[in-house]
Amino acid sequence: MWNRREVILGSLGLVVGLPRPALAGQDNGSGKLIEAFTGGKTPGEGKLSLTMPEIAENGNTVPLTVRVDSPMSPSDHVQEVLVVATGNPAPEVARFHFSPASGVAQADTRMRLAKTQDVVALARMSDGSLQQARTTVKVTIGGCGG
Amino acid sequence: MARPRVKAPKTATAGEVIVVKTLISHPMESGQRKDDAGQIIPRKIIRRFEARYAGTLVFAMDLAPAISANPFIEFNLKPDASGELELTWIEDGGEQYSHSQTITVK
Repeated sequence: MWNRREVILGSLGLVVGLPRPALAGQDNGSGKLIEAFTGGKTPGEGKLSLTMPEIAENGNTVPLTVRVDSPMSPSDHVQEVLVVATGNPAPEVARFHFSPASGVAQADTRMRLAKTQDVVALARMSDGSLQQARTTVKVTIGGCGG
Repeated sequence: MARPRVKAPKTATAGEVIVVKTLISHPMESGQRKDDAGQIIPRKIIRRFEARYAGTLVFAMDLAPAISANPFIEFNLKPDASGELELTWIEDGGEQYSHSQTITVK
């Protein structure tokens, strides 16, 4: 018989050694898109909010709100917000370009979600700093015309 | 084919942030779908939305095929003085649709 230590070590080896096609297959290029936006910098959190429903019955039209806490003055405002879908056929969803004349850095739209996935939003401020927000949406019926 | 509808106030007070709601009827053909013969239906989407106020670009959006059919876009505007709000939707291929209205700031 194996003792407990051997069993535990053995099963660890099995998990690590398994090929991971499932995980690799999930990459739709969202990582690269995020990297291109951030330039490798780590975004902060807390100022950007991405609001979406927790459960979307119809993936064809899922409401989305991005909002950034910013004074929106000529010297300190939000320039751009990128929305990325991690589980759609293509990662890019939208880019919003704001200006001080926006008054409030908020935009709403409706998007397609092919399946349950994380949606990521990234914001770039006029001083170059970055903010990130992420939310998970459960999708009942996918929305890419499959 | 594409018809824009816009809801924005006609008047605002100085310093007020107003909300502009827009909707344009458009299939936003994603380029992912196939027709009955199995041929991919070519992508045709509204790829860009621009809002100008008194001649200055104040808000824009780049749209990907992941935006739903009949794209709904809502944004904010803080008009300092009266002016013309000009909205433009640009389709793949370059065709443009537009809407304009005057906002009076009191």
